[in-house]
Amino acid sequence: MAESDFDKIDAVLHEFEGRKGSLIPILQKTQAQLGFLSKEAMKYISEKTKIPVSEIYGVTTFYTQFRMHPIGKNIIRICHGTACHVADAPEISEALYEELKVEPGGTTKDMKFTVEEVACLGCCSLAPVIMVNDKAYGRLTPSKIKDILAQY
Amino acid sequence: MENSVRIKVGLASCGIAAGGLDVLEKVENFLKEHDVDAQLEHTGCIGMCYAEVLMEIDDEEFGSTMYGYLNAADIDDILNAHFVEKKPLTDHIIFSDKLGGEEKVILDYQTRIVLRNCGVIDPESIDEYIERGGYEALQKVLKDMSPVDVIEEIKESGLRGRGGAGFPTGLKWQFAYNNYADKKYVICNADEGDPGAFMDRSVLEGDPHAVLEGMLIGAYAIGSDTGFIYCRAEYPLAVKRLRIAIEKAKEKGFLGSNIMGSDFNFDLTVYEGAGAFVCGEETALMCSIEGKRGMPTLRPPYPAESGLWGKPTNINNVETYSNVAWIIRNGAKKYAEFGTEKSKGTKVFALTGKIKNGGLVEVPMGMTLRDVIYKVGGGIIEDRKFKAVQLGGPSGGCIPESLLDTPVDYDSLTKTGAIMGSGGMVVMDDTTCMVDMARFFLNFTQDESCGKCTFCRIGTKRMLEILNRITQGKGEPGDIEILEDLSRKTIKGSLCGLGQTAPNPVLTTIKYFRDEYEAHINDKTCPAGVCKDLIKYLIIEDKCIGCGACKRACPVDAITGEKKEVHAINQDICTKCGACMTACKFDAVEKL
Repeated sequence: MAESDFDKIDAVLHEFEGRKGSLIPILQKTQAQLGFLSKEAMKYISEKTKIPVSEIYGVTTFYTQFRMHPIGKNIIRICHGTACHVADAPEISEALYEELKVEPGGTTKDMKFTVEEVACLGCCSLAPVIMVNDKAYGRLTPSKIKDILAQY
Repeated sequence: MENSVRIKVGLASCGIAAGGLDVLEKVENFLKEHDVDAQLEHTGCIGMCYAEVLMEIDDEEFGSTMYGYLNAADIDDILNAHFVEKKPLTDHIIFSDKLGGEEKVILDYQTRIVLRNCGVIDPESIDEYIERGGYEALQKVLKDMSPVDVIEEIKESGLRGRGGAGFPTGLKWQFAYNNYADKKYVICNADEGDPGAFMDRSVLEGDPHAVLEGMLIGAYAIGSDTGFIYCRAEYPLAVKRLRIAIEKAKEKGFLGSNIMGSDFNFDLTVYEGAGAFVCGEETALMCSIEGKRGMPTLRPPYPAESGLWGKPTNINNVETYSNVAWIIRNGAKKYAEFGTEKSKGTKVFALTGKIKNGGLVEVPMGMTLRDVIYKVGGGIIEDRKFKAVQLGGPSGGCIPESLLDTPVDYDSLTKTGAIMGSGGMVVMDDTTCMVDMARFFLNFTQDESCGKCTFCRIGTKRMLEILNRITQGKGEPGDIEILEDLSRKTIKGSLCGLGQTAPNPVLTTIKYFRDEYEAHINDKTCPAGVCKDLIKYLIIEDKCIGCGACKRACPVDAITGEKKEVHAINQDICTKCGACMTACKFDAVEKL
């Protein structure tokens, strides 16, 4: 980790100083700053907060939001909620994996895209839906995937 | 100050996903260019999600006009016709006061209590909420009612928890009130995790102050000064609007110390979840707020006795709190006029799946499922055959056509083997495979099980393996019986609602669609044509003219054939994606 990364964590820790039960927001903000939670980052947070590193690791692995590996520049979330499943979401997934040559949860070699399957994005009436970063694309067909990816 | 012309664009997550922001920009530009004096507003979910993007224009000339299915490209034409030529384009109108439009009917069947402000007010404006009677209930409570009065009023209304289990809300408050402690907490469960459900998200995005006011009243009733809203991390817009609402309520003195001049103090914090379905369970949710892994604990003690950090805590979900201010303002009796004997009021549903008018609907309890689907929802897409409706997400079940006249109330739905649940209602037609559906939900619960209880952790895994086998055509006689046995054991051997209800999708599909399981196991066929290992695509020789469209569409080059000659699909290469079937204009590709 770079020196500046430690500073970033310090700033996050400072914000939550003295507030009980703030491990999850600390990890959320650290991840937002650094992109993922490295072993080093978790150890550093443990030293500073006196929360055992085992507990931090436990929390990190429990919640799907936390990542322990670097991610691509853009995150693609494929909705696999019930409405999307009924509307053939698996075919959208296959088209994406085929196009990007990645496995579920994987990152492309050029570090441009990370693809995740999520339970529900809550835009069920637009099913099937994917979200690239913060933008949702609805009423998809496998053939629309290429055009969407080309925008990034 | 007030403009006579008001334009509202629906900007909940669905609206934005459908391109709402582009529409908004176009409208803004048009108003500037043509010097139209209108008040342009954002609003939350209007409910007719199938017709997003939605825009309502309210003026003297035409009254209220709702435009739907909008694209940014259409906006100039629509506004030009409306404001300049004064001849609105009726093609884009969904309903209006003066210009007709049939969709109004959908709203006529509904009773909007929870959604009273959704799609009407700007959720980021506290003044608009106040204009429509907002915070009057809080004032009434602080001025004229004791905590016991409030609890009695809520009890009398018959309000039951809208999170799924349906525990009487007034009674829950009573328990928390009865426990003396130096500190008590109020929590709003906004960890809406059921796939296919977005009721809470829509309320939070469309009317956040209704939730705040309900929590404030609840806090006053039980004697708490600190509250948390535990919101799902996947709902960034809801979190943003909640934070704005809290900020504005503080400015007005509705949150903080000595609220409205009383001696009641209350502080509220939004807590973002980190992505764990099990945190919708109340004890797991509290563990998560404490910064731990969200694993459920044994009840009793119930949260009302020992909850967050060991203190008495009251937890209700978003929809429950949203009912509270309405009840206080209009009276418990008025509320209890809606609904059935044991289930009072209304219920919000996220109506999705193979339904024509999918969206957010609120109906009085006691309406039949058939009416919700065919009258409010407009029936099945392409008028296909109805097969089942899934209620309650991964904790619920699939209800077949023969039970469509079941009224929507807690007890009647429980009798079918499904549950009311939080309000996800996914409609399925004859192209949905019920075994695949059971597999889908079990895949979800198996993945989301926290791992504490053996049967939930391993039982669901074994069940999923069996279902995977069945959908792959490797089912064996006896599989159904093993599934039933494991289901019973998982229900008995699990600590929390997740494990206790995880087998419901399997049990209900076996109960009502046993023939589909048997077709998969004995005949190795999938009647709905969904399970890929059990279907194949074939070209009908008599119909194929050899145009080559399927050959070009095939992503894996599995189709061979010369021009103008009959083509053939190589089954060893075919991945069963169905692209050939979509591409063929002569219906020469069939699925077996």
